[in-house]
Amino acid sequence: MGKIELHNITYVYGKGAPYEIKALDDVTLSFEEGKIIGLIGHTGSGKSTLVQMLNGLLKPDSGKVLLDGKDIWEEPKKIRDVRFKVGLVMQYPEYQLFDETVESDIAFGPKNMGMNEEDIVKAVREAAQFAGLKEKHLKKSPFDLSGGQKRRAALAGVIAMGPSVLVLDEPAAGLDPGARRRILTRIKDYQRQSGTTVIIVSHSMEDMAMYCDTVVVMNHGRVTMTGTPAEVFSRADELLSQGLDVPAITKVARALREKGVDIGLDIYTVNFAAHRLLGEEV
Amino acid sequence: MRSDIVFGQYCEGSSFLHKLDPRWKIIFVFSYIVGLFLAKNIFAFALMTLSIILLWVLSGIRAKILIKGLRPLLFIIAFTAIINIFWFKGETPLLPDSWFFQIYLEGIINALLIVLRVAVLVTGTSILLTYTTTPIALTDGIEQLLAPLAKIKVPVHEFSMMMTIALRFIPTLIEETDKIMSAQKARGSDFSQGSLARRAKALVPVLVPLFISAFRRAEDLATAMECRCYTGGAGRTRMNVLHSTWRDAVMLVAIAAFIAGIVLLNIFAPGYVFAM
Repeated sequence: MGKIELHNITYVYGKGAPYEIKALDDVTLSFEEGKIIGLIGHTGSGKSTLVQMLNGLLKPDSGKVLLDGKDIWEEPKKIRDVRFKVGLVMQYPEYQLFDETVESDIAFGPKNMGMNEEDIVKAVREAAQFAGLKEKHLKKSPFDLSGGQKRRAALAGVIAMGPSVLVLDEPAAGLDPGARRRILTRIKDYQRQSGTTVIIVSHSMEDMAMYCDTVVVMNHGRVTMTGTPAEVFSRADELLSQGLDVPAITKVARALREKGVDIGLDIYTVNFAAHRLLGEEV
Repeated sequence: MRSDIVFGQYCEGSSFLHKLDPRWKIIFVFSYIVGLFLAKNIFAFALMTLSIILLWVLSGIRAKILIKGLRPLLFIIAFTAIINIFWFKGETPLLPDSWFFQIYLEGIINALLIVLRVAVLVTGTSILLTYTTTPIALTDGIEQLLAPLAKIKVPVHEFSMMMTIALRFIPTLIEETDKIMSAQKARGSDFSQGSLARRAKALVPVLVPLFISAFRRAEDLATAMECRCYTGGAGRTRMNVLHSTWRDAVMLVAIAAFIAGIVLLNIFAPGYVFAM
């Protein structure tokens, strides 16, 4: 049993209107507990819609979402509890910051949960630490932070709720390479320490290859592939035909094979490629 | 969540009415409204009905949309109709004298005519303007009609630019509101439960980011406009120059004929004279 399971989810935007769009078409998926799962697909493939199904921001037209084996829409009144368990960091989350200080903004979620003052302070400190924010940042206005810091403050705002599943929609979009690496490393470390199930939506194949245990590929509202990064990236032709890319190193491996040096097609990180080239066991 | 709202009521199309010059359309609408209010007897009302059918055919808009447009007014229409039926003192009583209230034939006719007039007024103006003219074309039309006011230092161009920008950003801001609301809901905000004060308070985390992003957008837009050397209306040429065509001439004649017809019928046609 997965931590979160989707069963035959269908969702249509603008139902009945001439511009009706089927965003999700009979999607069945299982997200394994304690893993980092990557969700890739080109723009409009239904990733962001799927992500909003997981914490009940959107209600599927048909199908079920199971969290720990329980249908999240069984009691629609208690959907808020689901949102505390499945923390969602939306795209460009820095635009959700609103409070006077970073500290009180991070405390917004825990306050909504009804935590007591002491626990809130503790949760905020821990979340800020995970997100790599220093003590001096907490007293500042969120609008005085840099872009990358704002993003991490928003991330901390979700982590502070202590969700058992953390869902991130394009967490590194629009950040410079340094900030990008910092935020993804923070997420990976957080996952390792807390055992949280993490689901990351991204366009970047390199990031997916580096950080994910499982990769799910979506196209036109359907799941077209699932597997380990090695499994998925070895099917480069299919990915390319779906308008997606593969990591640069995978391309190198393919080019090498064409030239007669076969190091396998399941290459997706530079380290891995180096080991193979040197003939070492990985 | 709110993605099914289409801003304005513009219906895509390429009918006769869609192709009219927005400047003329605004003039037509005002003339048409005047015509509607001049109508005094049943024959004039018949002409009114004919005119609305003609407009509908010319617009190529589905009847379903027009009826849907009337729905919000249903209550007001019904209310005026009922008031008229019960309060109108006519000459032909319909109920026996022993009843404690009376209804007159004239009252019923009067009510029907009022309902007809309101329905035609709303449907006619929306067919002529909102359904067949894009909001942008409309502001363009208004700007050019008011252009003479610039002579007495009224900043006509600036007002119309403000209006155009406001219209342009309504869908964007709705989308943005949706996104921020989702983000705060994901952190446990609850907009649908609790007392009024609590719900109002729950909007703060939405409004603050929304305003900040609106100001950011405004600044970006101002910079972008300055980069393209925008300095206001003086000496600025337009990409889409409005042209009057034979269609506007035809419509002008038709509207003039409509008003003339109403006036003539008022004077010469016999029959029940509308009493309000």
